[in-house]
Amino acid sequence: MSLIEILIITLIKILIILTLTLLTVSYLVYFERKISAWAQNRLGPNRVGWEGILQPFADVFKLLLKEDIVPNKANKVIHSLAPMVALFVAFTTYAVIPIGPNVQIFGYDISLVVADINIGILYVLALTSLGVYAITFAGWSSGSKYSLLGGIRSSAQMISYEISMGFSIAGVLLLSESLRPIAIVESQAGWMWNAVVQPIGFITFFVSAFAETNRLPFDLPEAEPELVGGFHTEYSSMKFAGFFLAEYANMIIASALITTLYLGGWQIPYIEKLGLADWLVTVFQVGSFFIKVGMLLFFFIWIRWSIPRFRYDQLMNIGWKVMFPLSLINLVWVAVLIMIFN
Amino acid sequence: MSLEILLFIVFSLISVISAILMITRSNAVISALYLILNFAGLAGLYLLLNAQFIAVTQVIVYAGAIMVLFLFVIMLLKPEHEKKFLEAKPKLKIFAVAIAAIIFLQLIYLLFFSKPSESLSPEMTKSIDSGTIEAIGKQLYTNYLLPFEAAGFLLLAATVGALILAKKKIE
Amino acid sequence: MIIEYIPIFVVLIVAIGFAVATVLSSGIFGPQRPNSEKLSTYESGMTPVGSTNERVSVKYYLVAMLFIIFDIEVIFVYPWAVQFQNLFGEIGISAFISMFIFLVVLELGYLYVYKKGGFKWD
Repeated sequence: MSLIEILIITLIKILIILTLTLLTVSYLVYFERKISAWAQNRLGPNRVGWEGILQPFADVFKLLLKEDIVPNKANKVIHSLAPMVALFVAFTTYAVIPIGPNVQIFGYDISLVVADINIGILYVLALTSLGVYAITFAGWSSGSKYSLLGGIRSSAQMISYEISMGFSIAGVLLLSESLRPIAIVESQAGWMWNAVVQPIGFITFFVSAFAETNRLPFDLPEAEPELVGGFHTEYSSMKFAGFFLAEYANMIIASALITTLYLGGWQIPYIEKLGLADWLVTVFQVGSFFIKVGMLLFFFIWIRWSIPRFRYDQLMNIGWKVMFPLSLINLVWVAVLIMIFN
Repeated sequence: MSLEILLFIVFSLISVISAILMITRSNAVISALYLILNFAGLAGLYLLLNAQFIAVTQVIVYAGAIMVLFLFVIMLLKPEHEKKFLEAKPKLKIFAVAIAAIIFLQLIYLLFFSKPSESLSPEMTKSIDSGTIEAIGKQLYTNYLLPFEAAGFLLLAATVGALILAKKKIE
Repeated sequence: MIIEYIPIFVVLIVAIGFAVATVLSSGIFGPQRPNSEKLSTYESGMTPVGSTNERVSVKYYLVAMLFIIFDIEVIFVYPWAVQFQNLFGEIGISAFISMFIFLVVLELGYLYVYKKGGFKWD
């Protein structure tokens, strides 16, 4: 393929995924509000459109037309930079996540991933490690005590859980022998899903993903009773929307990553034995990827409305004294499994 | 102009400009920001040299881990105290200038008076294959096992050192 | 080789554009009517007290330092994990033992910090 063809195909893929992500984020917020209403025996949004179906758009327009307040104690440049970093990280990570097997369109052999690179999973980790800056900058630049405390707590939380996340991924790499996400998905053929083979790694990665996305029960940075809004106390208008958007986009990416690494990606066990047409198999496989991601997202919301927030010392204890040793045990366990069955 | 040359120019411009901006800013946090950008530019240059694993490690370890500690220190230790510190001990400034001069001379020597290595081994010419994580894994855990284990002990010493530094303050 | 990474560069550029556009859009569409009350630091409706120039606990620095050390450890584990099945086929169990020694050495440091109360938050 020539350079121009690669550029055009990439831009089309980016456009599709960006639209898909933005739509999913809007309706994720809507469903979060609906599910929380059901959990608390309320009605939830039901005024804008049928059953409140247009609520997300009303929210976006409201935020767009609000005044952008920059407090006079703030460092103006970094104050604006922080939400940009959050959005940048949230909207670049999807590039290496495959949503299906290769397909043939107009004679081109197209992989259903934006960039199939040799260091795929490490690219995700590199961006995740940059995500800390969004929160650190936001907390420091606002010139508010709440923001500073929320920001510093949150960055310490994120770096603590990054370690166990890294070790859990190493367990997956032992089996896939490659950093390419497509190879990782293909190494989980049949029922050899990593969630089955290495349940401990699955749990540590899952918990770390919650901590990295700052979702309840790990939403200490914005614990309302003690820190008001945490690191985004001093943000309004589209800068606040940027953090909000990034949080939900990160949730989608975390779910897609869990699916790719532990739940077999787009694979459906033994679908090839049914004797379906090739294109139908592909459609089912892409569909199964989205269903898995959707179920994980529901789980994210379900947890939020079921489990209370941890105290900060409990959170750091879980990160360093429970998750870190567990992910190490998982690594040794997978290595021993390989040595027994090889 | 080939694609590689174009990307090389872009990445080297990012690295050089961000490096200059980093040492000329008066606000230490902004300096740190440009240093992160500089690391990103360097990662791009490593990528052009086919060193994919080094490139991504540069981002994860330098931009993602070490700079977090830098920022913690800058943001929370109040660099204004450092200014007074330098004024009280002018000899430190002379020391810093001397070290910078030595490093600068070394760079000049390397650039203008040294010859490129003529003994390129056959493995080095196959740099496309040797930059991948698979190739590094193969070499590191067979031929370079001793340096690898030594790195383990170095990290152990760093762990103990970090605790002792902090422990004085905790008690 | 570099052609493989072209899509990544495109994604990075698009994301920067998207992020900048989103953050700047509020300045275009929103009103601008600042006053001194609005621009003061938010403290739940009270007049702001104290300053943000207070130092934080040294434990945060300890966590950041330990994070660097264990992050480097993880980076060392990745090339081994990717090559482990090949190495095991070639040199047998010593492929496992070499990494096991490395991990044990570092976990000695972990245990030391644990025993000395480095992970204690109260």
